[in-house]
Amino acid sequence: MPIARFRFPFVAMPPEATQLRKDVRAFLTEERASGGYTPMADCWASGMDPQFSRKLGQRGWLGMTWDKKYGGHGRSFLERYVVTEELLVAGAPVMAHWVADRQSGPQIIKNACPEVRDAIIPRIVSGDCFCAIGMSEPNTGSDLASVSTRAEKVDGGWQVNGTKLWSTGAHGCDYMLTLLRTSPLDTTARHKGLSQLLIDLKAPGVDIRGIADIGGQVHFNETHFEDVFVPDSHVLGEIGGGWNQVVGELALERSGPERFLTNFIVLQEAMRLLVKHPSDQTREILGQVVAKIKALRRMSLGIAGLLQEGSSPEMEAAQVKDLGTRFERELLEKLRRVLPDDVLAASEGLLPSLLRNGILRVPSSTLRGGTNEVLKGMIARQLGIY
Amino acid sequence: MTALDTIILDTASRIFDDLSTAETINAAEDGVWPEALWQAVMESGLTLTWIPEDNGGVGASMLDGFAVIKAAGGWAVPIPLAETLLAGWTLAQAGLQASGEAATLALGSNLTLVDGKLCGSANAVPGARNARQIVAVVGVGDDVHVVQVSTVNCELKAHTNLAGEPWDQVSFNAVDVEQTGTLPAGVGKESIEAMGALIRCVQAAGALSAALELTIEYSKERVQFGRPIGKFQALQQSIASFAGEVAIINAAADAATEAVDRAGGVDHEAWVEIATAKTLLEEAVNLGAAVAHQVHGAMGFTYEHQLHHLTRRLWSWRDEYGSDVTWSRRLGAEVLKWGPDSLWPKIAAATDNCS
Repeated sequence: MPIARFRFPFVAMPPEATQLRKDVRAFLTEERASGGYTPMADCWASGMDPQFSRKLGQRGWLGMTWDKKYGGHGRSFLERYVVTEELLVAGAPVMAHWVADRQSGPQIIKNACPEVRDAIIPRIVSGDCFCAIGMSEPNTGSDLASVSTRAEKVDGGWQVNGTKLWSTGAHGCDYMLTLLRTSPLDTTARHKGLSQLLIDLKAPGVDIRGIADIGGQVHFNETHFEDVFVPDSHVLGEIGGGWNQVVGELALERSGPERFLTNFIVLQEAMRLLVKHPSDQTREILGQVVAKIKALRRMSLGIAGLLQEGSSPEMEAAQVKDLGTRFERELLEKLRRVLPDDVLAASEGLLPSLLRNGILRVPSSTLRGGTNEVLKGMIARQLGIY
Repeated sequence: MTALDTIILDTASRIFDDLSTAETINAAEDGVWPEALWQAVMESGLTLTWIPEDNGGVGASMLDGFAVIKAAGGWAVPIPLAETLLAGWTLAQAGLQASGEAATLALGSNLTLVDGKLCGSANAVPGARNARQIVAVVGVGDDVHVVQVSTVNCELKAHTNLAGEPWDQVSFNAVDVEQTGTLPAGVGKESIEAMGALIRCVQAAGALSAALELTIEYSKERVQFGRPIGKFQALQQSIASFAGEVAIINAAADAATEAVDRAGGVDHEAWVEIATAKTLLEEAVNLGAAVAHQVHGAMGFTYEHQLHHLTRRLWSWRDEYGSDVTWSRRLGAEVLKWGPDSLWPKIAAATDNCS
């Protein structure tokens, strides 16, 4: 007997979205034409351009859903969705503000003290303040509760020691939302004793070293903290409440369009070649990838709709991330089957560079934000198998 | 869902749960017509779901009909209910009356009307031998006629699909036509074929959901190496992937049924959504059926176990009304027409301006 376990309700974009979409497209066309940016694959995790982020801030496209009383724009999740998907499909350099806009801002609004909140949020909204995620460590990947970066209570604040790893863009960020231990590990209750601190990356004792990825690009970092002082005012939420805060934060980042649209620009550019001599195989592959994109978008938007209603569709979000990030690789693999043999041999041109970039970036899509194996374990648990 | 929607779906589910049992499904494959099941379905008005009240029906929404079809897929009901709904919808498109009795649709390309009588033949007509009427779609382009004939006047050669469902070859040797009409502008043979494809996707979405439930239950019950097999990560990972396919095919099928509901038929947007769902069906069925069988082990490979009621249908529905290969090529041809610069605007437009 069928049970409808998963819900991805139809979401119609609000009427305002149509104009907003036009505005974003017009802006992007102009920027691209004037050399403001060159499209790239995986742009939200590899295209750092603070100036570009500030331009988005000036147009009101950062912190869109945040309450006006904190400096946000009070717009709907769906309007934000429109802006983010348009930026992604255009391959725009959105990495600088991505984390702050997606998850750090909401986290700060919810869990920071009013003074800190009011000092930071308006700057995120204007595109002048960027944030990094401080979750993983050398010995902590998907198993987040194993973090060993620690903070000890000192007069007026906390003293932090340890190392955070893989923080995308930290070298260009102002703050890191850092998950760390504020009391020693209790092996019978591993999720206890964790807290989140908002660490100023310009503070003495912070040392950020870039790490080159397999393509030689430096997008992520190793951040060392040596006796770094963090004032009490920069504790996020409750001391000891870090685990639940972080879990909530992760749910926010799983189901967005960045989980299946990062290589859309590669598809679009490949099509310029494919339209010239279409074969049955080309048609088949284009049909398959467009079908997948449409269905994933339906799922992802359905989740945005549920979030707007106040529900927390965790299993559905994990499904979008699992299916979507696997599709990122599938798309490139399929395109390869119908593109000319020598497409990568060209030393210039947008498509070869996008493809190169896409292929070398794609292993990260099924790793970042929790590996797909961990996500599947989560899905299995929600299905009642554990 | 409105109260009426809920009543229709609840009624259908109750009937299927009571009467579409494993024994009934097996007996149907052996040629025993499930009269009690069919009578219950017909008496409750379910076969008239898509017929407007003016044409003798109950005039429920397209979504109501699709909800019933999804449930029917989940219970693997061995009666031509989906076929009757599709035949009825086709009659209604041509402004004709429908009786709600078992009917099916013939879409053969060599059907013609000669002196007002139906000639030609059609292969793999689903449920033909159990249908009172066969609705044939004759002609091409703008000159398409919908004609209804009595099955008793046709020559049937029995054939079955992979699930053992009737899939008969039907010859029409100058058969008398009971009623005839023409399709309105904008509705062609392609629209009807697309509706058929969508119906198969919706049935399959229901069947995959049901197969997932069986698989989850079995993985919790079956004990090996001293623990339920669901405790093993390897199985958890497979089942989670299966669940992903169930989610995506349901999302795609729902998107298509909603587009059909909005348009009141198969307009261009709905056609694209249908092509999307049928294209995705392959992966969902391939992976879903494979994982379901793998988890059920040899037990699920026996005729005695009910799993094959679902998986054999899935393997057949995957190909009916155009396989994923056919549909992905059609969709791909459409995408090429859009071209690189309209690709994204077309995708995004699916959710804009459709309040």
